[in-house]
Amino acid sequence: MTLFALVLLPFAASLLCALQSNQSRNAVAWIAGLTALSGCALLGLVAPAIFAGDILRAGVEWFPRVTFGFRMDGLAWTFAGIILAIGALVVLYARYYLADDDPPARFFAYLLAFMGAMLGIVLADNLILLVVFWELTSLTSFLLIGFWRHRADARQGARMALTVTGAGGLCLLGGVVVLGHITGSYSLDVVLASGTTIRADPLYPVALVLVLLGAFAKSAQFPFQFWLPHAMAAPTPVSAYLHSATMVKAGVFLLARLYPALGGSELWFYLVAGTGLVTLTLGAAFAIFQQDLKGLLAYSTISHLGLITLLFGLDSPLAVVAGIFHILNHAAFKASLFMAAGIIDHETGSRDMRQLNGLWHAMPITATLAMVASSAMAGVPLLNGFLSKEMFFAETLQLDMHPVFAVVVPLVAVVAAALAVTYSVRFIHDVFFNGEPVGLTRTPHEPPRWMRIPVEILVVVCLAVGIVPALTIGPILAVAARGALGDQVPAYSLALWHGFNVPLLMSTIALAAGVALYFALQKTVNLHTIAQLPMSGKRVFDRTMRILERSGRRFIAISPDSTLPGALAWIFATSIAAMAWPLLRFGFGDAGPDVGPLGVPFAVGLLMWLLAVGGAIGVVACYRYRFVAVLLLGVTGLAVSIGFVLLSAPDLALTQLLVEIATLSLMVVVLHFLPPTSPPEPGVWWRWRDTVLALASGAGVTLIAHAVMTRPSRSISPFFLDRALPEGGGTNAVNVIIVDFRGLDTLGEIAVLGVAALLAYALLWNFRIRGPEAEAGPFGPWNPVLVRTIARTLLPLAAIVAVYLLLRGHNLPGGGFVAGLTLAVGLVFLRIAGGGRPIVDPQQLAWQSWIAGGLLMAGLTGVGSALFGYPFLTSTFLHPVLPLVGEVPLASAMFFDLGVFLTVMGGTMLATMAPGLLPDGRAGGETP
Amino acid sequence: MTAWLVASALGVLTACGVWLCLRARTFDVVLGLTLLSYAVNVFIFVMGRLSFEAPPIVRPGVPATLAYYADPLPQALVLTAIVIAFAMTALVLVLALKSRFVNDSDACDPVLPDAGTPAKRPPE
Repeated sequence: MTLFALVLLPFAASLLCALQSNQSRNAVAWIAGLTALSGCALLGLVAPAIFAGDILRAGVEWFPRVTFGFRMDGLAWTFAGIILAIGALVVLYARYYLADDDPPARFFAYLLAFMGAMLGIVLADNLILLVVFWELTSLTSFLLIGFWRHRADARQGARMALTVTGAGGLCLLGGVVVLGHITGSYSLDVVLASGTTIRADPLYPVALVLVLLGAFAKSAQFPFQFWLPHAMAAPTPVSAYLHSATMVKAGVFLLARLYPALGGSELWFYLVAGTGLVTLTLGAAFAIFQQDLKGLLAYSTISHLGLITLLFGLDSPLAVVAGIFHILNHAAFKASLFMAAGIIDHETGSRDMRQLNGLWHAMPITATLAMVASSAMAGVPLLNGFLSKEMFFAETLQLDMHPVFAVVVPLVAVVAAALAVTYSVRFIHDVFFNGEPVGLTRTPHEPPRWMRIPVEILVVVCLAVGIVPALTIGPILAVAARGALGDQVPAYSLALWHGFNVPLLMSTIALAAGVALYFALQKTVNLHTIAQLPMSGKRVFDRTMRILERSGRRFIAISPDSTLPGALAWIFATSIAAMAWPLLRFGFGDAGPDVGPLGVPFAVGLLMWLLAVGGAIGVVACYRYRFVAVLLLGVTGLAVSIGFVLLSAPDLALTQLLVEIATLSLMVVVLHFLPPTSPPEPGVWWRWRDTVLALASGAGVTLIAHAVMTRPSRSISPFFLDRALPEGGGTNAVNVIIVDFRGLDTLGEIAVLGVAALLAYALLWNFRIRGPEAEAGPFGPWNPVLVRTIARTLLPLAAIVAVYLLLRGHNLPGGGFVAGLTLAVGLVFLRIAGGGRPIVDPQQLAWQSWIAGGLLMAGLTGVGSALFGYPFLTSTFLHPVLPLVGEVPLASAMFFDLGVFLTVMGGTMLATMAPGLLPDGRAGGETP
Repeated sequence: MTAWLVASALGVLTACGVWLCLRARTFDVVLGLTLLSYAVNVFIFVMGRLSFEAPPIVRPGVPATLAYYADPLPQALVLTAIVIAFAMTALVLVLALKSRFVNDSDACDPVLPDAGTPAKRPPE
């Protein structure tokens, strides 16, 4: 329950925020802040259980094998803590950061939705659910990066982030499906427990690479790193929250989460450690040469994420602990640095380090805070960054891999650490010292008191963790490590002082070399004069996008024929080839015994065959004379429905017969507005092409259909036949499947029907034409008394038959579809007999509301079953005996079928009446 | 023999439908689509195999196996498919109708001239 509340609360609050007016910044900020704080309180509530080593679970089954459920162990608890605690600070910060013309309700609604999605990722109990939340963070991140939608760079950055992380998410989904295939379950517990099986499976490399692609895209690892600097177009609270503390950590979180399942192989080491190593170094080197304050921080984030990835790649339990430790530390110092950068931007109007100099005098407190956080980033002792970096150095020395790696990895680690020191020093020296500000539009000063509070809190955390690690972060790290590694948690010691050892030496070298490098660079090349680095990542991305676009256009241009027949010919040819290949390659398999004899004399079957085939060939032969073709089409349709009778499908026969009548009437009406004949077609070649395609498809369908019919069946239908009466309360298995077993499908199908009918109506609504067709009206002056009299007599009969078919449908052929069509056909007939005059004004009868009412009824019946504690659309039934009528099968499915009836009725009427709108453009138009 | 009867009828319906779908005029294409939808519906239906005089109406005392009943599942699928095919035909017909007056031609690709003398829309 707590877990559900934890994840769903932010989403609910997001909705609440979205409903608020954009005038009151305080109201929405309070909603957001209280949501984050109550999330923290919930975490505190479950803390005793988590620290005792329990794993909390809560879930409801979503569909087979996928539970909508949550699971909280130490790792999830720690991450949820980061998300909620930093979330609360970011909300407070954003309250003061947002300008007067920024809509606060929209901002906080997005932010809270992101928070919920992020909590979903860390708490998801099921890999599919995890992917859903994963994509949700990509979407909310897109909205937040593009928050200032009037700015082109924000829109581009948002699009790029969505493309990269979204594509990564799709890879992840693929990987998860492969994992599910290997283990037979998507449940996190099962997958984490079957590491050995997974690594031994031949599909392991596929699953690993796909999952890693998803994680690397999200965590901005090489070669996907380029989206993160462009995401800096987002408001700074977003950068602090999403792009340093939480969302980009989702990738490395996934590495930690799935480490027991996927880690521990050579492939894992090469891929993960290799990527981490490259990203760590490149990110740090690029960060030095940025002129934009947030750009520097973005590249530094990339570099630190690379460091964490490298740690997970080193593939030892101790490295995993160090990785988690660094995730926590990085969240603290980087979020505070982003906030400080935002304050500087906010108070000076610039983020360009060529303009920002000597701010120490203007904002000493902010400067001090930023310097402390920066030192943590550089790994200066007494600060949290130092501790995790020491652990990192120690881990690089423990490699028992190939000797080359054993030398290269520690070496690169020191170089990257030195580079990190260099950009940290640049951040401090270039912004707060190094001369005077250049060309600022505002006079810099300290920010509002409350805007600095979040930074202060985070900096205190950095100091506390750095000085007394065992008292502060110790228990949290322990519980997170236990969550990630289970009972394989190694022994480690959190302390400031481990004596004189190699890691300390590495740290010292890195610090000294980094500081020296910075001043050497400033002296020799002057970092201010370096123009923007070539953004190779962005260029490659843009070029790929352009190539995709251009090749799409080129494909259309080189397509031999862009007309409808041309395109259809390609589609038919492709389908024929796609079906022919497996048949030619694998053959048809062995035939079973031939099907039994027809129940009626063979001659009857042959007659139906002649009618169907003759009708179809007749349509082709006479297609230029459209009225004749429609009549011949009717012959085929009739033969098909009688065929259904012969083949034991009475329900289909009834439906086909009624649909036939409706279709033919509609065609005749429409034909009034179309030319009565088709002109002869020029070009022999095209006819040959069409004939070949037609004969090939016909032959293929014949062969496949015959092959299937003569093979034994392995149907799941005995299940339906067996349960129709005891569970569905009806003997007509077809109807029970429609209204009960597969009720949800039917609901969707009648929705399609309704939408199509509404669309047909909407297309002609208010559409006027002029000309002979319009003057005559679709039915002309024709007004035969005889037909009209028959039609009038027929309508009540049709109504009675419809009710009868509806009532008996559950047990005997009939049901909502057939009943709806029956009544509709009766009405259509009357309409035609009446010379097109509407029987009742359709605006009064409003067939649209029949559709809506029917859908509502069917849907509510489904919801109704929930009241009795059954899943959606579970049917219950009674068999009351009514006077005169006898026993009536009164299943709740009856009401569902009534909904089907109403929708089908409304849809059929609306669709067939639509052309009747035309003559004078008024609904239900009178013929002039 | 019966299987060949059904299969060959299916093949003819498909062939005629495909051929008509490749015509240049909207109404002819709709005729083709209708024939094709007959064929597709029957095709799906016969995936449940052929059975005679065995409608899937449960009778007491008869074992619930496909030896005694036609397969109800493809029937249920096809029943809704028939109705949806009708809705789609209606929609395509209305589209064909509107397209003629918007494009002044009843061809699928309005580069071809109209087959008759089209009515004109009044100027907006």
